[in-house]
Amino acid sequence: MSEYFIRTEQMTVGYDGKPLIKDIEIRMRQGEILTLIGPNGAGKSTILKSMTRQLRLIGGTVYLDSEIMSRMSGNEVAKRLSVVMTERIRPELMTCEDIVATGRYPYTGTLGILTKKDREKVWEAMELVHTLDFKDRDFTAVSDGQRQRVLLARAICQEPEVIVLDEPTSFLDIRHKLELLAVLKDMVRKKHTAVLMSLHELDLAQKISDYVLCVHGDRIEKYGAPEEIFTSEYIHHLYGITTGSYSDRFGCLEMERPSGEPRVFVIGGNGTGISVYRKLQRAGIPFAAGVLHRSDIDYEVAKVLASSVISEEPFSPVSSENIEKAKKLLESCGKLICCTDVFGPGNMKNRELLSAAEKLGIEIEKL
Amino acid sequence: MLRRSKHRAPAAFIILLILLIFLVVWNINSGSIHISVKEILQILFQKQGDETAYNIVWEIRLPRILAALILGGALSVSGFLLQTFFSNPIAGPFVLGISSGAKLVVSLVMIYMLEKSAVASSGLMVVAAFGGSMISMGFVILIARKVKNMSMLVICGIMIGYICSAVTDFVVTFADDSNIVNLHNWSMGSFSGISWENVKLAAAVIFICMLLTFLMSKPIGAYQLGESYAQNMGVNIRAFRIALILLSSILSACVTAFAGPVSFVGIAVPHLVKSLLKTAKPILVIPGCFLGGAVFCLFCDLIARTVFAPTELSISTVTAVFGAPVVIYIMIRRKRSM
Repeated sequence: MSEYFIRTEQMTVGYDGKPLIKDIEIRMRQGEILTLIGPNGAGKSTILKSMTRQLRLIGGTVYLDSEIMSRMSGNEVAKRLSVVMTERIRPELMTCEDIVATGRYPYTGTLGILTKKDREKVWEAMELVHTLDFKDRDFTAVSDGQRQRVLLARAICQEPEVIVLDEPTSFLDIRHKLELLAVLKDMVRKKHTAVLMSLHELDLAQKISDYVLCVHGDRIEKYGAPEEIFTSEYIHHLYGITTGSYSDRFGCLEMERPSGEPRVFVIGGNGTGISVYRKLQRAGIPFAAGVLHRSDIDYEVAKVLASSVISEEPFSPVSSENIEKAKKLLESCGKLICCTDVFGPGNMKNRELLSAAEKLGIEIEKL
Repeated sequence: MLRRSKHRAPAAFIILLILLIFLVVWNINSGSIHISVKEILQILFQKQGDETAYNIVWEIRLPRILAALILGGALSVSGFLLQTFFSNPIAGPFVLGISSGAKLVVSLVMIYMLEKSAVASSGLMVVAAFGGSMISMGFVILIARKVKNMSMLVICGIMIGYICSAVTDFVVTFADDSNIVNLHNWSMGSFSGISWENVKLAAAVIFICMLLTFLMSKPIGAYQLGESYAQNMGVNIRAFRIALILLSSILSACVTAFAGPVSFVGIAVPHLVKSLLKTAKPILVIPGCFLGGAVFCLFCDLIARTVFAPTELSISTVTAVFGAPVVIYIMIRRKRSM
């Protein structure tokens, strides 16, 4: 039992006594990253706020290191758990260093005067997230990204065993997103901190999380390792995606496939097709793709953008059967784009397609 | 860039202290009868000198000066606490209608006592003012739950203030004539006519409140980052909010009980002090506000009683002239977030 550092038992959360999400069972060990994902308004923040005692639980119990959290004193919890919230704060006349220094609150005396040791911890934390350069600047005058890092430094210098972050990457550019997550990963590795957070970026969630918890409707729909969660089918279901698609291999999003009968046949392979598929999608031209091996990187994009894809088993040569199918499709398209000039034993038959098109007098565009 | 010199805070406190001493002396020596600094020192420290001058200093000017000093300090600290509570830079006991609520209950009590031809004691006045403050504060907190907009909250507070003032005027109008003049003066706000007994009580209550407030500087500092963060730092939010409300109400109730409602000090002084110190750290701002409020009120009271002598202005007339522009400045500067 005690091997779990954070544990919730039948936790029900909500506002004003109205339950929003019921029977949440979270199990977290130290040194793990647990990420909450789910559509907007699903209640990710509500769960995080309930677990950090900002909202009263409607039912159930939260255990922190086997202790019932609601019975712990404020200071006790503060020394073990720190937060980075989404709410914008506008403190008056406070430098970034002042903000970070508030993290030392649980450790200072009655009047909150910082000792030399506290100051060092503050600078150490600021160093870690590269905020030391602007420590003397007014907190309200720095950029969103800098502000977020300052708040992370604040949470770090509180020396927590658990750090709870509500959408920490939302206002950050990609470089700072990566840096912030790298800092978290570093804390997990070096200090064995447990990280509980909500993320909107599925690609990052997939890569950084040890476990993922999916909030959908009034319950936790799925809870498991990223490999189990991030399948295209499930993500489509979780977010109710009807336009466009989510690719589980790349963790990226693709736009909606152009509708209608294919007007162009694209011969791709080896990654040469992707940019052409996307260009056709942007122009709204429905297209067919082939013949692609299902192990080909082009296949992942073609299958969600092309009206039809003729595909082949991985590592086997293209079969005559598939070529016949492709020829038929090509005839109905009336235009061919050939993206590749590399033909080997695997895709040799695609060359037949090219000569078939020449014979039929179909417009050919070679890239 | 917030460039903060190590010497800024000590320098600011020294300036405020010098101003305070200077204003105390100036206040003692000016008035219908001029008393020189040399005489003042004799009267104050050797307790001797011309008898008229002695009486003027000890019985009239000194209690008034001490009242302005203590009550001015209390008022601006009360404003600072309210600004923290509502996270609103233009909150203060006067604009939120809290002073007017206190005024209403105090005048009701005074009239009732006058009819029974008894004199209301200082203690009773403070209790009445505190009761009135809490009633207004209750309304303001209820409204604050519904309106999140800063200026809307202040407008609602001003309305509460108007309602309370209207009722006060109504009862004062129908009160026994002989005492109206006194009551009227008080309800406009004035440091005149404050007795040593008043000063002693105010000093005792305000000293305790100030001590408690100062001891709360750590959670107040945490609360400046917002409720969520304060809570995560281990502040017991419920208890903290109650303490904040009680302290600010008692402080402003003391002022209203003895000097009537005094406008704008609660907003203008904390703002000026924060700008002077270039920090919002409560551990510096709280004592700074007390000193600043004392200086501000001594200065305003000096003007109120000397500029158009022998006619005396109400203290709020003067504080408004100096305080209101500061409020306008704050509103313009913070326009975007209103």
